[in-house]
Amino acid sequence: MTSVTSPSFDPVIRSAGLNGVLVSFGDTLTELGNRAALAFAAAVARAGIDGVEECSPSLVSVFVQFDPLHLSLEAVTAKLTTLLDEQDWYAAPMPEGRRFIRVPTVYGTDLAPQLEEAAQAAGLSVDDAIAQLSGARVRVQTIGFAPGQPYLGLLPEAWNIPRQTALTKAVPDGALVVAIRQFVLFSVANPTGWRHIGQTALQLFREDSDTPFFLRPGDEVQFVQASPDVLERHKDDPDGGALIEAIR
Amino acid sequence: MTRMLIVHRIAPGATVQDQGRIGYRAFGVSRGGAADPLALAEGAALLGQSVDCAVLELPGSGGVFESTEPLRIALTGAPMRVTLDGAPLVWNASHAMPAGARLDIGGATAGSYGYLHVGGGFDLPQRLGSRSAHLAAGIGAVVQAGDRLPVGGDTRGGVGLCLPQDSRFDGGMLRLVESFQTAFFDPATRDRFTETTFARDARANRMGLRLDSAGDGFATSAGLNILSESIVPGDIQITGDGTPYLLLRESQTTGGYPRIATVIPADLPRAVQTPSGGTLRFRFVSRDEALEAERKMRDHLRALPKLCVPLVRDPSQIRDLLSYQLISGVTAGDAPDEKE
Repeated sequence: MTSVTSPSFDPVIRSAGLNGVLVSFGDTLTELGNRAALAFAAAVARAGIDGVEECSPSLVSVFVQFDPLHLSLEAVTAKLTTLLDEQDWYAAPMPEGRRFIRVPTVYGTDLAPQLEEAAQAAGLSVDDAIAQLSGARVRVQTIGFAPGQPYLGLLPEAWNIPRQTALTKAVPDGALVVAIRQFVLFSVANPTGWRHIGQTALQLFREDSDTPFFLRPGDEVQFVQASPDVLERHKDDPDGGALIEAIR
Repeated sequence: MTRMLIVHRIAPGATVQDQGRIGYRAFGVSRGGAADPLALAEGAALLGQSVDCAVLELPGSGGVFESTEPLRIALTGAPMRVTLDGAPLVWNASHAMPAGARLDIGGATAGSYGYLHVGGGFDLPQRLGSRSAHLAAGIGAVVQAGDRLPVGGDTRGGVGLCLPQDSRFDGGMLRLVESFQTAFFDPATRDRFTETTFARDARANRMGLRLDSAGDGFATSAGLNILSESIVPGDIQITGDGTPYLLLRESQTTGGYPRIATVIPADLPRAVQTPSGGTLRFRFVSRDEALEAERKMRDHLRALPKLCVPLVRDPSQIRDLLSYQLISGVTAGDAPDEKE
């Protein structure tokens, strides 16, 4: 996790299980690798390759699921290589319709019990940790793990802290966790190896809504420090008190 | 009036399942669906209906059910003790369930997940294109005592078919293909992995199951800082303490713990049906061998309707045997010692 911008990485295609391939635009998280993955995933979906069943971007890769009895690994690799050669994916623009969202967040307290531990791992005082985390404007790099759940980054270099060796049994929905210069904001209570440093009231997955997934790749987010009573006040608001503006 | 299956008692963790959701991976929702898709197809074949019909998935044991109207049912997956109004029923078979009759499904005698299918399927509303509960995603919920499950219209008839009992309920050997992260593990660790006999831990659910073994874990030098990357069902992730977890159809869509290898789709029914404490071993196969296994599995799925044969009643299981006219001209019931 060092390079932030350099796209000195030729895309690679590797098999993922029997019926998937992974097209990677880096082996570390970079801004340009992330843009490339988002744009290439959209292009694969548009290409409508016969035998391709589903495609989804992760941080700097695109997972393509196909029917291996209908389309061989060699054939899907060839088709994706052709598509890769069509343009400089690292120069692709960000997705349209992006938003900047400020989300009230309680740092530490019994709502987010691992702030001190995480600050220590980052070599920061608790106050400095809160200042860095609440001041960072991070971008949704991918949605994954659980419904509508974002990976956000990049945080300052101090936050290149590892995951825990063992899993935390569960963090609640709305939990903000940190590792490897990224946040994840939990949409559903789940186990995790990341440290729980903040708590929000944002509902990321709204099953009965026309737009069930609140955040989209490319959206930018700031987790603004708030007190527990602010969170309590917004607990019935699906937006959790968030302020939303369009990025133009 | 809507036909209903009334749930009087049910195993913890029982859910309604179908083939799951396709197309939501990019939004963080894994496919999910029946943990054992082969059992789903077997029930559809026994009832002569679409494999899209929703079924009741019963983890470890069943429950007590009653229907408001006559139903056709099929029982597949992990064999469980089952009676209908006290009379034993054959597993892996289809049966008529009269209105008001009491269907009592007990514990699994092998395997993990049993399935109760109904003619017409369970008619729950679709959520994101599927009737499957996806507990990890917060979609749907477990079925509980007192629930009444609506049953769809049954356009087919016929019961009394059975399929051969399968042997996938006792663990065994699972075939692996390499993952894009296999190289994170040195050859000695990979060799040790395929030389190890694992026990399926009691900690298992529809997301994944934990594999226990004696001796050291399977840690990698890649450590805990690798990028979170897409997960496919069958991936075996190694957590930081070196413990392997086999990830299943309801797993998270991405994860950061490295994957040592991927179990091939054809062997996932055996994997999920391994009972708690059951043993599993792994071996790497070539891509060609994995494709051949895939071909065989799909051929088998297609052939299921033809493999269904009429159920021959086993005399030892007929409780009121003596009321049957067994030999022409002789009727039972006269002698005093011929009471059951």
